[in-house]
Amino acid sequence: MAVAGTPAGDVDAAPRRVAGRPVLGRLLRNAAFLAGGAVVAFWVFAALEWRVISPYDPFAVGPLHPLAPPSSVHWLGTDDLGRDVLSRVLAGAAPVLAIAPMATLLSLLGGTTIGLVAGYYRGLLDDVLMRLVDAVMSLPVIIPATVVLALVGRSAVNVILAVAVLFSPLVARTVRSAVLVEREREYVDAARLRGDRGLFIMFFEILPNVTSPLIVEGTVRLGYAVFTAGTLSFLQLGIQPPSPDWGLTVALERAFVQIAPWTVLAPALALASLVIGVNLAADGVRRALAE
Amino acid sequence: MARFLLRRLGLALPALWLVSVLIFALAEIVPGDVARTILGPYATPDQVAALRHQLGADQPVPVRYAAWLGGFVIGRWGDSMVLHRPVRPFVLARLGNSLTLALIALVCVIPISLGLGVVAGLNEDHPVDTAISLIGLSLTAIPEFVSGVIVLVVFGVQLRWFPIIAQPPPAAGLGERIHDLLLPSIPLMLVLFGYIARMARAGMVEVMASAYIRTAVLKGLPLRYVILKHALRNALLPTITVIGSQVGWLVGGLVVVETLFTYPGLGKLIYDSAVGHDVPVLEATALLVAAIFMLSNLGADLLVALLNPRVRYSD
Repeated sequence: MAVAGTPAGDVDAAPRRVAGRPVLGRLLRNAAFLAGGAVVAFWVFAALEWRVISPYDPFAVGPLHPLAPPSSVHWLGTDDLGRDVLSRVLAGAAPVLAIAPMATLLSLLGGTTIGLVAGYYRGLLDDVLMRLVDAVMSLPVIIPATVVLALVGRSAVNVILAVAVLFSPLVARTVRSAVLVEREREYVDAARLRGDRGLFIMFFEILPNVTSPLIVEGTVRLGYAVFTAGTLSFLQLGIQPPSPDWGLTVALERAFVQIAPWTVLAPALALASLVIGVNLAADGVRRALAE
Repeated sequence: MARFLLRRLGLALPALWLVSVLIFALAEIVPGDVARTILGPYATPDQVAALRHQLGADQPVPVRYAAWLGGFVIGRWGDSMVLHRPVRPFVLARLGNSLTLALIALVCVIPISLGLGVVAGLNEDHPVDTAISLIGLSLTAIPEFVSGVIVLVVFGVQLRWFPIIAQPPPAAGLGERIHDLLLPSIPLMLVLFGYIARMARAGMVEVMASAYIRTAVLKGLPLRYVILKHALRNALLPTITVIGSQVGWLVGGLVVVETLFTYPGLGKLIYDSAVGHDVPVLEATALLVAAIFMLSNLGADLLVALLNPRVRYSD
């Protein structure tokens, strides 16, 4: 579809180029996307600027007032070491917002490469890769991640790697199915006749044409990455104390849930708002690109 | 039907075998020596070597893999390195506990999510549909430990309706058991709800737009009859497949929920044995989970084949 103001002659030449602006317009008219995006933006701001906006030092212990209930001094109360819960919740946005996007990015890189190679070359390579993808996808992510992290070592970096490895098959499958359609198009034949190499055709001819499904997959994966990274933190398999990470905090403060529920409720609600925000935004992107 | 079953098994068994290789390979990279771990730091090298020989740990890797897999199949699952007792009885007891928890969640969530998904599908793009879809999307996105801790605080700590630790006494009756396990099953239900409802909605939307439904409506059948007799059967087929795959995913949620509510189930056992490097328990539990996962998928495929002759007779 041509956009108003586009010269008629350009319509056939660059139909994909002009698609950018209406997508943005549709996104900005989608209330769910705006609400989700605002929540995510808030937490990104907190993750970047918690040193400025948090009322106290999130790591400063206060032996005189442990597990103090919410008050005008400590808006969300204090935890078992007397640390300010509000400050820790704000600072706790940083670990998950570093781990989840990193893991998503790596899984997109790995999955796109696998998907392009499998979809473009087909044959035995495709069969072997897809059987491997099926095997990894048949596992409930948390189980292999738990086993690997507990045996290999618990750290934020290992969480990123584990999530990236376990997510890339899903990305690979999406990319492959898009590549299967694109590789039959005439521009690919033209590139082949020109004598372009396989790698060039995959990454510079086909890849730009599968960006739509890739973007949708990326936003959906990001939601699952926050889910998984948070869960692995909760299982204490990732970042270690005294990090204010939300999942880790819930796990450690669980022991005080009866006398100080605010210590677990605040990080839990923070993570809930972030995942819902990411998913609403992802759903908005998917709808905008699908129309 | 037998051919269909055989073909599905032919797909599932190699996958299960691959998983067993993965599990064994992972267990191999555990730092430290099995015999040294069992005997402690003060054992002499001779004692360690003797135990290694006795356990078969000095055998080559393929031999040990074959011995382990063969032992698992015939029910000899070895002894726990931490608890010093046979693995099988208590792994099976834990399995029973987890199945109870999972069953409560499934029995509650399947009718609710199917019902609401169908309602959403019948009211496509109306506010009812938007509300159900958005709520489902949001609930599915929330990690189990987050929703778990929220219901724990609300219903366990504030309202005191349920215990905050799910350990029903061995003598507990069925009613008491279900009551104690209701709280841990809620997070599992919330995650499943969105998936199942979304599939049911999509199936319903697709079927209601099809020609045979239009025919049924136009020939004057009451709408209720069209939906119950004509639409539901076809609309819910893909959903059954999803439910089958979700049963496996449930195990991932069990790890979290059982840890949060300190419930002695299979999920907590996987976690504890992985963290405690208790290799025999971990291997047996992980392979058992993989087998259950395959079986539930197989069961869903079979159910779909029973309900839909097209799946049965096509290749």
